[in-house]
Amino acid sequence: MMDNGFSSPRHDPFPAGLRVLVVDDDLTWLKILEKMLKKCSYEVTTCGLAIDALHLLRERKDRYDIVISDVNMPDMDGFKLLEHVGLEMDLPVIMMSVDGETSQVMKGVQHGACDYLLKPIRMKELRNIWQHVLRKKIHEVRDIEILEGMESIQMTRNGLDQSSDGHLLCGEDLTSVKKRKEAENKHDDKDPGDSSSTKKARVVWSVDLHQKFVKAVNQIGFDKVGPKKILDLMNVPWLTRENVASHLQKYRLYLSRLQKENDTKTSVGGGKHSDSPSRDSAGSFGIQNSINIQRNDISNGSYGFSGNSLIVRNVEPRSQENERKGIVSKTAVEPKRALAVEVPDPCKPKSSEMEFGHSFTSPASEVNFAEFGSNFPTKFSWCAIPQSQLKQEQNPLHLDAGFSQRTRPGKQQHIQVDYPQPSPPIISGSSVTERNMDGSVKIKPIYDECRNNGSQVSSARSTMDSYQVQTKTYEVNHQAYEPISTNTSSLKNQAAFNLSSISDLESAQKSINWAMSPLATLDDDFQVRWVQGDCYAMNLGLQNIEFPEYFDGGLLADVPTHLYENLYDSTECSVIEQGLFIA
Amino acid sequence: MERNNQLHRQVILSRQSLFDQGFLDEQFLQLEELQDDANPNFVEEIVTLHYRDSARLILSIEQALSVENFPFLNPKLLFSYLFYCLVQQVKRQLWCLKVASFLCLCRERNPLDFNKLDSLMHQFKGSSSSIGAKKVKAECTLFREFCSAGNGEGCIRTFQQLKKEYATLKKKLEAYFQLARQAGPAQTACRPK
Repeated sequence: MMDNGFSSPRHDPFPAGLRVLVVDDDLTWLKILEKMLKKCSYEVTTCGLAIDALHLLRERKDRYDIVISDVNMPDMDGFKLLEHVGLEMDLPVIMMSVDGETSQVMKGVQHGACDYLLKPIRMKELRNIWQHVLRKKIHEVRDIEILEGMESIQMTRNGLDQSSDGHLLCGEDLTSVKKRKEAENKHDDKDPGDSSSTKKARVVWSVDLHQKFVKAVNQIGFDKVGPKKILDLMNVPWLTRENVASHLQKYRLYLSRLQKENDTKTSVGGGKHSDSPSRDSAGSFGIQNSINIQRNDISNGSYGFSGNSLIVRNVEPRSQENERKGIVSKTAVEPKRALAVEVPDPCKPKSSEMEFGHSFTSPASEVNFAEFGSNFPTKFSWCAIPQSQLKQEQNPLHLDAGFSQRTRPGKQQHIQVDYPQPSPPIISGSSVTERNMDGSVKIKPIYDECRNNGSQVSSARSTMDSYQVQTKTYEVNHQAYEPISTNTSSLKNQAAFNLSSISDLESAQKSINWAMSPLATLDDDFQVRWVQGDCYAMNLGLQNIEFPEYFDGGLLADVPTHLYENLYDSTECSVIEQGLFIA
Repeated sequence: MERNNQLHRQVILSRQSLFDQGFLDEQFLQLEELQDDANPNFVEEIVTLHYRDSARLILSIEQALSVENFPFLNPKLLFSYLFYCLVQQVKRQLWCLKVASFLCLCRERNPLDFNKLDSLMHQFKGSSSSIGAKKVKAECTLFREFCSAGNGEGCIRTFQQLKKEYATLKKKLEAYFQLARQAGPAQTACRPK
């Protein structure tokens, strides 16, 4: 992950240096794609197995920008890999295949692929893959802002002790802002689910719905959460598992960014704690923080350059007024936060608030709101005005604004929920950190889970050699096959083994060494009746090579007696009659 | 110089004929474009890689196709069956019928696994597309159509044709690369006297 978006190590303009992971079992294509992507000035990593690819991705979640994967791979279905990557890492994935059938492409789209390329792939098709990275980032930011909006509306509903005209006014603005965002999304969003009515109609996550969702998540426990469980708890009939899954993904992202920014803020803000409170320094400190935070967040892409102008904008409004410095920019962009501030008791000594404001940027804004709240009506009306203006201005800088502003309402949300009354500056500080820990604890399990999965897979791999294990039958087969490979001379052993594992054979056909595959085509009864050599021999091209050894007199002598034994069993006889003697 | 010029002309002609006769398509051009100073033998390396993959796949397909054929032709199988009949003491005149039915049964009990064949051919087609082997790819598509139709005869016939095309292309490409190596890099030919 690039640490500083502003001083980029790459000298070429974006999209040079895009980090691509290519997964394909065809080594020829792997080499061709690698060369093509290098010619596009991308950073390429190649992988022959899906499992390896997942390991690489889980190892460092932010090491790659985009994944290109083949559809047909021996160890794992490309669509499955696509799902994993989408859920765990939320990276854009491009599928590719030599087969361009509509059904396959449809499947790709349904599983969440950004694009589906047909082999042979032209270099010009690869040149444009950066658009998927950019698009995803933009959508992410939008979704997160919507989430924030919903969270704050939720908060205001929860903490609605004071009602005033100004309050209602901002409330309406909030919903209108949210609606506008959603409208934007619906307009610009090119998801297939949007226009066509085939699979999924776009789900609008209303505040109530989101509230139910969060309640369900908290009920289950964040680390044990899964889309199915949430769906069941929420008890909303028209909601599908996919809707919940994607929303959960966004929510996780949102929380992880919250936590990330908390970490950065605590590290940055800690030093300033002892400063004597003054409006100007507070304001400037706030600016400093926001610059740093934006830097850190923008590091994900090279869209950092626009952040500069955003900061400038922040500065200007601040210079206007004393108390409202920090408030202006922040409230302008996210007026909802102003509402949220209502709940904590605004009658707090200013000095303590200011001190607190030094240590954390967002609590600083929160604190400012607290004072702000004391002169409530006037400020609200004021905030209502510039908000729309600044909102417009800020729109193009969506990306960056989203990054830095995101965390505060979230924090407040946590605070509101748990600590409605006590002095916010002090306790909210600790609550923030607690929440951080909670958040980090909650978020970590997801990663641990993934790692566990990865380690399970790797341990299975170590036992399985090249047989990628997906089901238990595969494991059983492999272990069972070892006797065969080591003891091919004994026909009886093989035949006896065939009896027991015939069903497994049939199911595990694909992953088996070709020599074994003919066995899978045998039927049960046929196998049983022709145990000693005959059936076995007649069915296998391979075994025919070994036939001369078996067809010596000794074996032939054995055969009749055994057959006699078989024959005089009435049931076997009848089966043989039916099966073979067509007369 | 004259010899060199002649060689170069030959190289150009040979290359052009590969395209004109439909052996290669635009993908081969893409490979040539990718060849640069960092990878001066890129095209040949890719073609070599392709041979390795495709040879393995052809073998697998052959084996998958041949399983059915053996029981028909294997006298030993026939012998074992006949012996069994002897032991069973069935009527002699029915032996022929039994043999025929037995052979039919073999086919019934060991039908071609079209799914597997399709999957293998899919991989082979992917590999062929990597170098732009036009005619070979066309046979692959045909083969897959027969697979989805469940036409074993068609599959076997197409596969024979595919192997022919594959061998032809391999020969032509090898001749072309050898010629190109002989002729040397184009710059030397243009060196002024």
